[in-house]
Amino acid sequence: MQIKETAKEYDAIIVGSGAGGGMATKILSEAGLKVALIEAGPYFDPKDPVTMTQMKWPYDSPRRGASVTRAFGEYDMSWGDWKVDGEPYTQKEGTDFMWWRSRMLGGRTNHWGRISLRFGPDDFKRRDIDGLGDNWPISYDDIKPYYDKLDKMVGVFGSKENRRNDPDGFFLPAPKPRLHELYYIKGAKKAGVDVIPSRLSILTKKLNNDRGVCFYCSQCNRSCKEYADFSSSSVFVIPAVNGGGQVDLYVNSMVRSVTTNDEGKATGVSFINKEDRKEYQLKGRSVVLGASACSSARILLNSKSKQHPNGLGNSTDNVGRYLHDSTGAGRSYFIPDLMNRKTYNEDGVGGLHVYSPWWLDNKKLNFPRGYHIEVWGGMGMPSYGFGFGATEMNKYVQGQVGGYGDKLRKDVKQFYGAMIGMAGRGESIAMRDNRCTIDPNVVDQFGIPVLQFNYKWQDYERYQAKHMIETFDEIGHAMGAIPLGEKPGKDKDWGLLKPGQIIHEVGTTRMGNDPKNSVTNKYSQLHDCDNVFVVDAGPFTSQADKNCTWTIMALSMRTSEYIVEQYKKKNI
Amino acid sequence: MKRRDTLKTLLVGTVGGATLGSTIGCKTDGTDSATSPTTVIDEVLYGRIPKEIERDQKIKAEIYLNEHELTTIAVLCDIILPATEDAGSANDAKVPEFIDFIVKDIPSHQLPMRGGLMWLDTESNRRFNKEFVNLSNAEQIQIIDDIAYPNDKNEKPEMSQGINFFNRMRNLTLTGYYTSRMGLDDLGYDGNYANVWDGVPAEVLAEHDVDYDPEWLAKCVDQSKRLDIAEWDDDGNLLT
Repeated sequence: MQIKETAKEYDAIIVGSGAGGGMATKILSEAGLKVALIEAGPYFDPKDPVTMTQMKWPYDSPRRGASVTRAFGEYDMSWGDWKVDGEPYTQKEGTDFMWWRSRMLGGRTNHWGRISLRFGPDDFKRRDIDGLGDNWPISYDDIKPYYDKLDKMVGVFGSKENRRNDPDGFFLPAPKPRLHELYYIKGAKKAGVDVIPSRLSILTKKLNNDRGVCFYCSQCNRSCKEYADFSSSSVFVIPAVNGGGQVDLYVNSMVRSVTTNDEGKATGVSFINKEDRKEYQLKGRSVVLGASACSSARILLNSKSKQHPNGLGNSTDNVGRYLHDSTGAGRSYFIPDLMNRKTYNEDGVGGLHVYSPWWLDNKKLNFPRGYHIEVWGGMGMPSYGFGFGATEMNKYVQGQVGGYGDKLRKDVKQFYGAMIGMAGRGESIAMRDNRCTIDPNVVDQFGIPVLQFNYKWQDYERYQAKHMIETFDEIGHAMGAIPLGEKPGKDKDWGLLKPGQIIHEVGTTRMGNDPKNSVTNKYSQLHDCDNVFVVDAGPFTSQADKNCTWTIMALSMRTSEYIVEQYKKKNI
Repeated sequence: MKRRDTLKTLLVGTVGGATLGSTIGCKTDGTDSATSPTTVIDEVLYGRIPKEIERDQKIKAEIYLNEHELTTIAVLCDIILPATEDAGSANDAKVPEFIDFIVKDIPSHQLPMRGGLMWLDTESNRRFNKEFVNLSNAEQIQIIDDIAYPNDKNEKPEMSQGINFFNRMRNLTLTGYYTSRMGLDDLGYDGNYANVWDGVPAEVLAEHDVDYDPEWLAKCVDQSKRLDIAEWDDDGNLLT
């Protein structure tokens, strides 16, 4: 097969247009570098009326929002979920890792929860505290200036709380709590659990003249036509592509590998054009991988050459290892005091207005790492599934389960908005054997060898889930709520969700000072190849009990500035 | 198209040159009207991408439930949610149409729905020697009363399959109804429009014996300044 090459050489080829790749595109192009941005999915703009789902009613669709073609419901703005047609992945026997991919400009940032938490000083030095995993080669002080710039550049609401390991930033003001959140605050305080305003990347106040302000439709997962929440598509990529002419955007282009020369240096990338199913090559002086932790690991492992026989960056067999996701467990409750509510618009922002950051000392507990609690509830817009089991809660209030007619109508109304849920999101321990490798037997529809996952939870995570569930019940009891469903026990790992289900996978190209046990250095630059960088969550040495996106972007900004510096020094 | 041109069109330079990415690649001007979803459907857009549009069209063209089954569903729907003084019935909200679609869209509904309807006719024949739709309203209700209450399963084990079927029927009827305009209004759902959230109404706070802590409120947005561009001092204190 003849491979089509371009004569043009880019200063940087960026693979992936999500949080990390989008940030790199912005920084590198604004610094004057000539950039190629390659995205495996199609073009997407949140304000395109053809693809927009924001402000749609359930009855606009015959399936009323059901999750038939999209795992989080048909209005969720992710094209692709744990399954992508024609792009399988496999598992080592007895394991089950769920791998989410969003194939579109902006990637997963078009639908994410916008929870934007800085890692704290302890989160970079966990090994010093509990002897597990490894310390990062950087500290909070190294990344703090980038978090500060990020807050002002992208926008995040929150509040100054002076909590040592949950650092404050430059916050927009928080939205007032909803009614069920006031119940949660009351319950959490009684149970001795801290609770503060949430920190989400949603503009509750004008940030600049390029973006709108939140108009409280609660639909950030559908992506915002006003650009009032952060999506890499609307905030980074589209402005970069439209301004200055520094960026060439390639969509529907699936990168197979990084190409290298006789000296082992990267020369560009090889990709498959999904339209004509032919292979193309682009030349670049540097390659910046932001394809997502596992996709970037896959590209590196598939980039075998004479100089890099185990794959690029993999001379010490660390690519794909230390894969770890956040832990998750949740529980739902019914609050009899919230029955027969007066209805009013409480859509609010897309997501929680309050949350509980980790409030305990793990030295006094039987699990090493913390978690935070997210809260949901309220009088949301009905969609497919609304009314299922509508009469069940009667059993807690001396009512009759089942029925029809006026009785049923009354049930639906009296229980509407009387539910609340809590979900824990915690830090797991990065294990050397939790990893992805190339499956020797399977290729995807583009002929590219696919990933095989091997991931098992430890008791560290199981005991943490147990603590979550018990804490939820305590808070629930304190706010007068009744738990729904059976409490998950030891046989169900106390409700611990599968790895990959929280969609915070990190660690596959982890950073470290010692090339023997890490893939990248403290600038997310490959130890083995100094003109290749990773700007997704691959370089995370550990996860923290915080969501990873804000740190992906802060690190990507830091790496991008480092690339610009190297470029100016003619090192690239 | 020549390969050279393909490479050119994969390269998207402007927003105008790129509507839906998966349609890019056949025309160099990027307009692609022939494959644009807007020309494929003329109904309300609900944000489908081409492969989803194709799937929806295929499903809409299929037939699963037959006329008798749909008639029975229509009768059941109005037993489950008859009209009231203030609101229309499940049939007024076109719930049978929704059920007709959803059993094709989510095939796991098909067998239990078809089998359940047959169970109902069998039970009607056993009791009254007529199919369910031909029973008097009183006769219909006599059967429904035996399958509408899940807690009766122990006392009436012979009704358990019917109870399962009616659970499904009730679930789908409620979902179809309360996701319709009529149902949203009946429920009192208030939302899905641009607004400015400024907290729980005072009378609701009082009714629920909760209140905003002044210290907490001080951290919240002053909606009168929401359109002033944010500025901070060096310590992160908001100045505007």
